[in-house]
Formats: sequence, structure tokens, C-alpha cells
Amino acid sequence: MATVAQSLRMALHYAETHLGVQDIYGEDVGAPLGGVFGCTQGLDKAWNSPLDERGILGTAMGLAMAGQKPIAEVQFVDYIFNTIDLLKLAGNSNWLTVGQFPMQMVLMTPTGSGIHGSPYHSHSFEAWAARLAGWKVVMPSNAINAYGLLLAAVEDPNPVLYLVPKALMRTESETLLPGEPGKRELRDAIDAPLGDRSEWKPKWPAIDPFYTPIGQAEVVRSGYDMTLVSFGRMLPICKQVADELADEEYDIEVIDLLSIFPYDWKTISQSIQKTGKVMFVNEDTDVVNFTEHLLRKTIDEHFYELLARPVLMGGEPIPGIGLAEELENASVPQFNQIKDKARRLLREN
Amino acid sequence: MKFDNAFKIKKFKLLIKSRELEYRLMSMVKSGDGFFWIGGPGEEIFNAALGMHVHVGEGLHYDYVHLHYRHAATLLAMGHSMIDSVRLMRNTSTDPYSGGRSFSGHYAHKATNVMPVTSPVGTQFVVAPGTALAQKRVGSKGISIVTCGEASTAEPDFASGLLWASRPGQELPLLIIVINNRMGISTETKKVQNLKHISDRAKAFGITTSVINGNDPEKAYYGLGQAFNYVRKYKKPFCLEAQVNRLYGHSSASGAARDQNEADPLEIFEKKLVDEGVLTTSEIKAIRKTYQDEGLQALNQVRKEPMPEAKSIYDHVYAPSPVDVVYGKRFFNPNSNEGDI
Repeated sequence: MATVAQSLRMALHYAETHLGVQDIYGEDVGAPLGGVFGCTQGLDKAWNSPLDERGILGTAMGLAMAGQKPIAEVQFVDYIFNTIDLLKLAGNSNWLTVGQFPMQMVLMTPTGSGIHGSPYHSHSFEAWAARLAGWKVVMPSNAINAYGLLLAAVEDPNPVLYLVPKALMRTESETLLPGEPGKRELRDAIDAPLGDRSEWKPKWPAIDPFYTPIGQAEVVRSGYDMTLVSFGRMLPICKQVADELADEEYDIEVIDLLSIFPYDWKTISQSIQKTGKVMFVNEDTDVVNFTEHLLRKTIDEHFYELLARPVLMGGEPIPGIGLAEELENASVPQFNQIKDKARRLLREN
Repeated sequence: MKFDNAFKIKKFKLLIKSRELEYRLMSMVKSGDGFFWIGGPGEEIFNAALGMHVHVGEGLHYDYVHLHYRHAATLLAMGHSMIDSVRLMRNTSTDPYSGGRSFSGHYAHKATNVMPVTSPVGTQFVVAPGTALAQKRVGSKGISIVTCGEASTAEPDFASGLLWASRPGQELPLLIIVINNRMGISTETKKVQNLKHISDRAKAFGITTSVINGNDPEKAYYGLGQAFNYVRKYKKPFCLEAQVNRLYGHSSASGAARDQNEADPLEIFEKKLVDEGVLTTSEIKAIRKTYQDEGLQALNQVRKEPMPEAKSIYDHVYAPSPVDVVYGKRFFNPNSNEGDI
């Protein structure tokens, strides 16, 4: 029943003890804080960097070129924009040097809204990231795939942008990680105490490694009436929508994309062929939204198989997410909106 | 410190080879054998000396070099061939640096720790601390070297590099080199930066600095030697500023015409060697012809070599991954209906 934050911490611990990771760093990543969401508490290889996103990413590139496996963090994805040219360079390194300099590195960063974070702690980045050819972009939706995706990201020889939905950081998994002790035992073992932490040491449980493959989506709910594709923070909401609409005799298939790029088109395509209806839901602004690409492929490849127009539900195309609850809720898809839109699509013939 | 005659001749040959390579590359743009030239004629004395000091090899225990795009002489001094620079210029598939994908001067060579050169200037300053950090961790004798033209020190990455190299108690073995030719494309540096010496900025970070005449073969070589020795011995950063001349403008985009206001340091060195009786004019003429011939032969050879195939654009977008079901083996074009291509 680990939370996403605890799961990430255990994956990072596995990476530093078994996968050769020697650098887990960023602003406030090391002791005493261990990350603003607590994801890096107690790690031996965690260290605090200068408050310099370009330096953080650039140093990771240099470490990767020198054969290390750095895991760097940008504290919030909202602060990644001043690194955009470095992201391009990291992505093109292997291609531009004809395979000489693959860039084995992970760049972790919390993304999205849901914590009342104001315009500078609520941004989504996946549409920008998906254009960074050479990068892989992943986003977990629960503590289990957060663990598996992070180990996969570390082992991938290419740069991987690991987007963590910040609103899910404290959500607990429905099942245990392999080897995970109970909720209370885990908390006592690896959560740093409040106050003075100078004498505190975590007692790491022996979690077995497992990998969530990059480029492979997960069908989290099977169905025949409609395909609902989502990821990250919106995924559990979409799953709940599907569960509730089952009470109205609608049978929705829910796909957790997990990898934004490379995306698992095969799973999406097969589902659309089965259901004839598809709806894409995420919280990034809908001008321009990454899933527009998936919607275009849907039309390209399945136009004559569709039973209704494909639907995309994204965030509003505005400069930021306003702080007030009313503003935030009006800016990104909400449960009832998703449910209503899904119901209308289900009723279309 | 003075060169002996044998070293003077060795150095002179390397400089003439570098200059003839630059002339060959510049002429290739005019003959349609390349699209764009950018290089370092006028800076060879310093850049070749730099390459002579590099501990060349692959991996953490050799020197990593993070260069900008005027370092053909450095690569020749490190043992690279003329013909590979010609391949880079002609964009052939045999170009070992980029396979025909990048500009002249944009080297990348893993086997000799030449890190990828980028067109966005200054980015090397935030990357170089990474290799230096990895070297420091293993107690390597290797160091990291990062260079730039003085204009690009206006980029914030220069300050980032100084900061990351000099964190208290975590200083990095990083040799920071500013090659000052006083011009950024067409903008005089003295009109946009209010500094006597660019390297003075490093002093604010507690970094030891020096300013040398990069046009003087002995001062350049020994000034670099002192800087290398400092970084190797103390495992701390050092910032060296070298004053050089730019003879043919920024690039072929600005015509690559000879700037008559700039003295040619090679001509001065050549005259000195003749005056000192180290070489005769006929010997110098023979040396020059040797490298002119090598450059021409390289071009003739490279003209016979294949250009990249169109279908190769997807090669190396991703390195094969053991944990990726899409890019596990080779690149897959997501817009193709043909599957794996």
C-alpha cells in the first residue's frame, strides 16, 4: 500500500544499490529535505545541487556522456522551460553522433495540477516533451507502475523524462509492491521524521525489482462499448468514471498509456477496433495536446470503423492554472465533465 | 621556457597542416563540396597547443574535451586526420563524427573523448561539470577541458559552469578556456561586455585565472601547460583566457574573407623560424605543399565516398533498449503502417 512518493523512493534506493546509479540530485533533493515531496529521503546517492535547472540538466548530460546513470530532478516541471535547448541537445545526441553518445539519464519532475499550486506549480509538459525526439516520456498513474517505470527509465540507454503527477504523490496503491511490508511498517521504516533528521537512517525493505516496459500501455479495465485513453492524474478519474457508468450498463475499456512516447499504438488501435468509440482524456491544454496526434492516427487508420466521432478532452487553452479552487477546477477536466462527455459519446450512434 | 628547434619544427608543421586544412575546408564551400564552413584560422597556435596537452583516450581516465566549433587544429594535434574533417565538411556517410548530419567543426568522437560540439554557444559549460564530476569521483588523472569564444560568455551557461566547478569542498577538475578573438560574428565584445578580461569573472568564484597571448607559440604552449598542471594536481578549476586573432571572419556565411586588420600569427612564427635559421623558405614551402597535397588527396578520396542514404534518417534516433517494447531493437517510424523499418 505504498504511496507514489514512497514507491519512487524505494525504486531510487534499488537503483542506487543495484543498478549503478551514483547521482540522484537536484534542488533540495539531498538531506535534510529529501525532495519537496519527500521522494528522495534517506537515499545514499542523493545530493543537493545549486538552484540552476540548466546546470542540473547539463551536468546530467555530462555524467551520462561519461558513462554514469544520473537521475536528476527539476523541482517542478514549470521550471523546465529554461532548459529547452538542452533538452533538444540531450535528445539528439545519439542521433547526431551516429550512435556514439547515447544519453542514459533520467530527468524526474512533478507535473500537472491538483494541489492548488498556482500557475507555476500546475503546468503540464507532455505535449512539449513529446516533440523532443530522442527522449522517452513516461508518466505513472499509481505507486505500482511508478516503481516499475522508474526502474525501466534507469535501465533505458536513452534519456527518459519521468513526469510524476504531483496530485498522486500521496495516493496509495491498491496492492503491495513485491516484498513490501504493511502500510505502518513501511512508513516507520522509510519516512523521515519531522524536525531533526540528522540521526535518522531509513530501514529499507527488500523490494523485488520489476520493470514496467516503456512503450507498453496497460488495459486497466476491459470493455466493449467505448475506449477511454488516459494517463497520469486523469487515469484513476477515468477508471472511476468507467466503473460508475457500468451501473448504467455501459462497458468501457480504460487504457493507461503510461508511456507518452513511445506510445503503445497497437493496444489503442486494437481497442478502437473492438469498441468503435474512443475518448482521450488528459489535463494538458488542448491547444496543442499530445493526444491530438493519437486522435489523428485514429482518423487515419480507423475512420471507417468508428461508430461515433472521436473525442479529446484536455485542459483549457489558457496561460496557466489559477490558484482559486473554482479557477483550477474550471481549467482541467473534472470527474463529472468526463462522465457526462463519456455518456454522450456512448449514446451516439 | 623556450622551444628547442626540433619542437619548433614539429609545432610549425602542425600549424601549417591545420591552416591548410582550414583552406581546404573553406574552398570546399566555394566548390560545392560543402554547405557551410566555420573554423579557426588565426587561432591555430593556441588551439594546436591545447590539443598537444590533452591526454588522449576514451573514458574517465583520459581528458574529456568540450570544444566549440573552431578546433580543427586541436583535433589534428590530438591525432585526428585531415580526411575526417573533409568528410565532415562534405557530409558523407563516412564522416566519423556525425555521419553527414552536422556542420564542419562540429566534432564528436567517443574514442578520443571529444564531446559533441553544439551550435548553440555556451551549452558546453553546463555539460562539462558532469564529466569532471565523474572523473573526480574515481580519482582519475584525467581532467575535463571546456572552451568557448569570448562572445558566448555572455550566455548564462558560462556563469553556471563557473558555479558548478567551484562549489565549496566539491571543486571540479575543470579547465575553463576562453578564446578571445574580440568579435562575436560582427559585434565587438568590448562594446557589449564591460570587462578588462573575461576571465576576471572566474575570480568571483574563487577560481585561479590567467591571461595569455595565444598568438605566441611558446606563451600559448607553456601557459596552457601551467593551467593543465594546476587542474591535474589540485583537482580544482582554472580559467585561462587566450588572446587570439580571427583571420577569416565568423564563418562562410559572412564571406570568409581575409580580415586585413588582423595579423597572421603563423606568418610571424614562420618569419621567426627563417630569421633564426631553424627552417629555410624552401623547406617551409615543401612543408606547406605536403599538407596542400594531403588536403587535395583527401578531397579526391572523399568525393568517391558515399553520401548518407535517405532511409538512414531514422538510424540512431534511439539506442536499442532492453526495457522498451517499441525501440527494443531498432527505430520504428510511428507514422509508418509498415511496422519495423
